[in-house]
Amino acid sequence: MTEFTPFLSLAGGALIGLASVALMAFHGRIAGINGILGGLLDGPKSEGLPTRIAFLVGMIAAPTAILAVTGEMPQITVPVSNLMLAIGGFIVGFGTTMGSGCTSGHGVCGIARLSPRSIIATLMFMASTLVTVYVIRHVIGG
Amino acid sequence: MAKVFTAFVFGLIFGVGILISGMANPAKVLNFFDVAGTWDPSLMFVMGGALIVTAIGYRFVFRLPHPLLDGKFLVPTRKDLDLKLILGSVIFGVGWGMSGFCPGGLIPAIGIGIVEPIIAVAAVLAGMYTYKTLTRTQA
Repeated sequence: MTEFTPFLSLAGGALIGLASVALMAFHGRIAGINGILGGLLDGPKSEGLPTRIAFLVGMIAAPTAILAVTGEMPQITVPVSNLMLAIGGFIVGFGTTMGSGCTSGHGVCGIARLSPRSIIATLMFMASTLVTVYVIRHVIGG
Repeated sequence: MAKVFTAFVFGLIFGVGILISGMANPAKVLNFFDVAGTWDPSLMFVMGGALIVTAIGYRFVFRLPHPLLDGKFLVPTRKDLDLKLILGSVIFGVGWGMSGFCPGGLIPAIGIGIVEPIIAVAAVLAGMYTYKTLTRTQA
């Protein structure tokens, strides 16, 4: 079980939205983490590389910022094996690159613009994740 | 330099939002999708909060003649639905359901200092590289 956290989740979501709006207002770019991360693989001459790296470094610094303010490092629980993590991670990287987006790019920035491609993509990956979790936990694991 | 500095600040805000919301926590993410089991609906509120702020914020931002630190807005303009979009998204969901990490949830988790997110990010990059390499040789 995990604790139901509607207010923290809503506040966290609002901050995600705020950062996405700010990135568009200042840089004119979509806050799609898949695209920002994937850009690292396009070589040293790819457009906007230092900016991408700075955004990712900011994200990685976030737990330390929370530690500095609250005195506590955020805790997470990874309830799957490292093998499952490696296979699942590979599939995430492959799929988000093929589908040109992930939860942030399609699910937040794309839907906020009412992009039909992003709406369809989000419905597809939400449904597919739901089925995958069901199969793993209740069919195979059941 | 202004772009690099602001990118860092926006990444930091994004990451703090991800961590507070629970999106960086695979246990919470997987429970959100486990409707038939230990369901935790929290992530619906993440999506709700993010979408309300972004949808309203974008309306104001797109009234600007151009971004404050750049010459033009770079937003996808395609409207057609193709097999790559649909199949890629379905594949992403399989991986998300297995690992509990989406790319946005994963990057801030790296900074906590445990090994699992590092394994996952290496695998995500390998998956991205594989797809890019496969399509590059076809083209």
